[in-house]
Amino acid sequence: MATITVFPSRLQLPGALRRPAVAKLAVLAVAAAVLVPLLNSRWTNGTWPHELTVSLTRPLTAASDWVIDNRDSNPLFLYFLGHVSNAVVLSVRAVYLTLLAAGWAGVTAATALVAWRVAGARLALGTAAALLACGLLGMWVPTMQTLALMAVAVLASVSVGFLLGLAAGLSDRLDRVLRPVLDTMQILPAFAYLLPVVLVFGIGVPAAVLATVVYAAPPMARLTALGLRGADREVLEAVDSLGATARQRLLTARLPLARKDLLLGVNQTIMMALSMAVIASVIGAGGLGDRVYQALASVDVGAALAAGIPIVLLAVVLDRVTCAAGERLGADDGRRTAGWAYVALAAAATVAAALAARLAGRLDWPDAWTVNIAGPVNHAVDWMTAHLYSGVPYVGGTADWAGRFTSWVLDPVRSALLWLPWWSVLLIVAALAWLIGTWRTALTAVLAMAATGVLGLWKPSLDTLSQVLAAVAVTLVAGFAVGIAAARSARVDRLLRPVLDVFQTMPQFVYLIPVVALFGVGRAPAVAAAIVYALPAVIRITAQGLRQVDAAALEAARSLGATGGQQLRQVQLPLAREALLLAVNQGVVLVLAVVIIGGLVGGGALGYDVVFGLAQGDLATGLVAGVAIVCLGLMLDRVTQPTRRRAGKGA
Amino acid sequence: MRRTTLTAAVAVLALTTGCGAADMTRQASPFANARGARTVTLAVPSWVGAQANVAVAQYLLEHELDYRVDTIQIDEVPAWDALSQGRIDALLEDWGHPEQEQLYVREKKTVARAGGLGVTGHIGWFVPTYLARQHPDITDWKNLNKYASLFRTAESGGKGQLMDGSPSYITNDKALVKNLKLDYQVVFAGSEAAQITQIRQSAKKKKPFLTYWYEPQWLFKKVPMTEVKLPPYKKGCDADAAKVACAYPHTPLQKYLNADFARNGGRAARFLKNFRWTTEDQNEVALLIADRKLTPEQAAKKWVDSHPSVWKKWLPR
Repeated sequence: MATITVFPSRLQLPGALRRPAVAKLAVLAVAAAVLVPLLNSRWTNGTWPHELTVSLTRPLTAASDWVIDNRDSNPLFLYFLGHVSNAVVLSVRAVYLTLLAAGWAGVTAATALVAWRVAGARLALGTAAALLACGLLGMWVPTMQTLALMAVAVLASVSVGFLLGLAAGLSDRLDRVLRPVLDTMQILPAFAYLLPVVLVFGIGVPAAVLATVVYAAPPMARLTALGLRGADREVLEAVDSLGATARQRLLTARLPLARKDLLLGVNQTIMMALSMAVIASVIGAGGLGDRVYQALASVDVGAALAAGIPIVLLAVVLDRVTCAAGERLGADDGRRTAGWAYVALAAAATVAAALAARLAGRLDWPDAWTVNIAGPVNHAVDWMTAHLYSGVPYVGGTADWAGRFTSWVLDPVRSALLWLPWWSVLLIVAALAWLIGTWRTALTAVLAMAATGVLGLWKPSLDTLSQVLAAVAVTLVAGFAVGIAAARSARVDRLLRPVLDVFQTMPQFVYLIPVVALFGVGRAPAVAAAIVYALPAVIRITAQGLRQVDAAALEAARSLGATGGQQLRQVQLPLAREALLLAVNQGVVLVLAVVIIGGLVGGGALGYDVVFGLAQGDLATGLVAGVAIVCLGLMLDRVTQPTRRRAGKGA
Repeated sequence: MRRTTLTAAVAVLALTTGCGAADMTRQASPFANARGARTVTLAVPSWVGAQANVAVAQYLLEHELDYRVDTIQIDEVPAWDALSQGRIDALLEDWGHPEQEQLYVREKKTVARAGGLGVTGHIGWFVPTYLARQHPDITDWKNLNKYASLFRTAESGGKGQLMDGSPSYITNDKALVKNLKLDYQVVFAGSEAAQITQIRQSAKKKKPFLTYWYEPQWLFKKVPMTEVKLPPYKKGCDADAAKVACAYPHTPLQKYLNADFARNGGRAARFLKNFRWTTEDQNEVALLIADRKLTPEQAAKKWVDSHPSVWKKWLPR
């Protein structure tokens, strides 16, 4: 064991030990020196020892069987879960039927009018155009299905999240309990949420809606609590001195003051709900996600794109409209405008539009008005696979790149990780987490990593980890480079901003489509999708961090005659350390989420196990893999967790 | 104050949930039967042959019987569960799931048999015919170890590669490799589409490959393949999944309906029970979809227009 060589000479030891980083490493080295020979003598093999695994297959299979046997007779199902499921089905159905009854003309008119009221004329036009585009692509009915499901899920998430946030905002004890839970839920990949609900509710819309609620409620809860706690002390004291009761204080002061946070919470909840509603097609959500899923299963890129474009349009429109609504409301300062007349007018216009379409016999989107893009797109993709896929002179084809990336990067990283003895992996995790964070984060990280081994998924976890590492490395290099460019040049920043805006609002699922077209099936496309998904957040945080560096420090450096490169290396980057660490953290979390979904396009490892569990109805496999994903996510987050963190995706 | 709120909440909860039982195994999809249209929900499995069944059934239900048809992409095993819950009405091609049949058809009686599809399915191991011509003895499993080095790939780690497709398909391949003591590694391509892509790429360069494959399948018309003989199938030899050491059976593919739908589904249910065609018919439609890249609807229309004598018999009088 080369543990002692950390210290070249005994004389330096006390001085070196005074530096916290070295002290932490020393403690770990001592621990390793004691434990490793012990472990090594017991289990000489490098991979996770079999004796330390616990198989959950039998109890989980038994639970799954019990649910199937009892779900039509057990009171818990009949009198509680059945009603939950029923309520979901009924409400989704009610919304869906309303949307269908309004017809395409009615829905377009109504949404455009709402957008006009809350966000202005330009966004209203955009909203109408986006909805008509969905119809034009022949996706009207799936779009309405997704909208119906979303509407119910968002309503439920916002109310659940608001109540939780209210509780955490008012009670310190609840806040202490809820905060770590909500923080953790924020970093978990969407895929991990699917299986538990499938176990209870079976495949279908109720399970999809509930998974969406569980996924989308935490940001609302976090931001509600944040808003309530951030209220201005002086205002509250003033309200108190006026003799307001606790309820009055809440309703008249704290909630109105938290308005901005609440609206940001609604915005985030909507975006996350859309993202999840699409992924939930894997468990029978129907709608647009289902079309993408079907198309991906047959590598039909054209059809996937036809369903993917409406998802992107919905995402952009919903994000812009809720953001604009939030800003307007913030600027309004609570001034109530005469809204009833407008509401009545809008309702009348909607009914008129719906009736007009109905009388014209065009309530459903007319088939003749659809544009089939699948054919041309598939031709383009065929041309690409024929000409760009492989054997392009000098540069090689995209499939060649994917192949080379797999054999030169992914395979070596994976074999290196698998070659490392298991205890050394744990040691590395501990060292990294402790150096960046506290002993608490280090402990969580080590325990989470060890848990994947205990679950018997050491190898697939390391496989997933190797993909994450490769993707994160590329993301960080590219993200830092672009982020530095954006921070130094206002023009680059202006060019990038709209691109980043669009990319950050797109649901994870959509990224799988182009990578399959370019790179075929396997681990490389999964990694590529993850890189593209995580890049915008990393770029944004880097640029923001660099720009916020103290101007005085920069000025001082400049007056000392530092060149641009020197300023960057010696002043900006060190001062922006915090932001860069946050960028790493966000990058890792986002990459993991997509690498897991990559199981759908041949990414293998843990994501594949989840897909397999769902496909075979073998919930034990899927659930255990889901837990391992949670552990891996926890580990990666804690290892990269800077001491301070900010709220929200790519904040 | 707080107590009254609590009581009210409990009362509301009791009112909304306590009044009656809600059986969630009998809840249809919220998207079914919208606006009074009579809707039939069909399961679409991920392989093209079964998509051909659904395409033709959907076309005839919509154009001859005036139904609206919803389709849901769903894998084989979850499809049984969904069928029993009424979330889908019909499963048109099942390759044999004895456990599920025992549970849902015999015990719970929530799924009803709807007769055969008229197509017989067979799973097996296949090599490309150009390879079988080169090495005639490769088509016996006993000689596979001799040729293992031919099938080595990056993913198979020093052994020969036996390529499997989608994780959702019926397969005993891992057990077979182990029990027949073969020097092979089962590698999942992840989906059938990925498997087909790989087969076609190998065939283009005349490279050797060994793959899990099945009949009827349209790809045989594009890439001729020869089956590798495994130890012969005897009834019950595949009863214990871990100890299987025999070939896959020849399975007459079956149709299943949700039990309620089978009773009350009217003309649609009777039509689906009558639906019965041949391997050639199915392959014709499948080839149109998969190779000529027609949409399932166009492919179904083409077949329906040219085979009225076949489908006229299916329509209930």
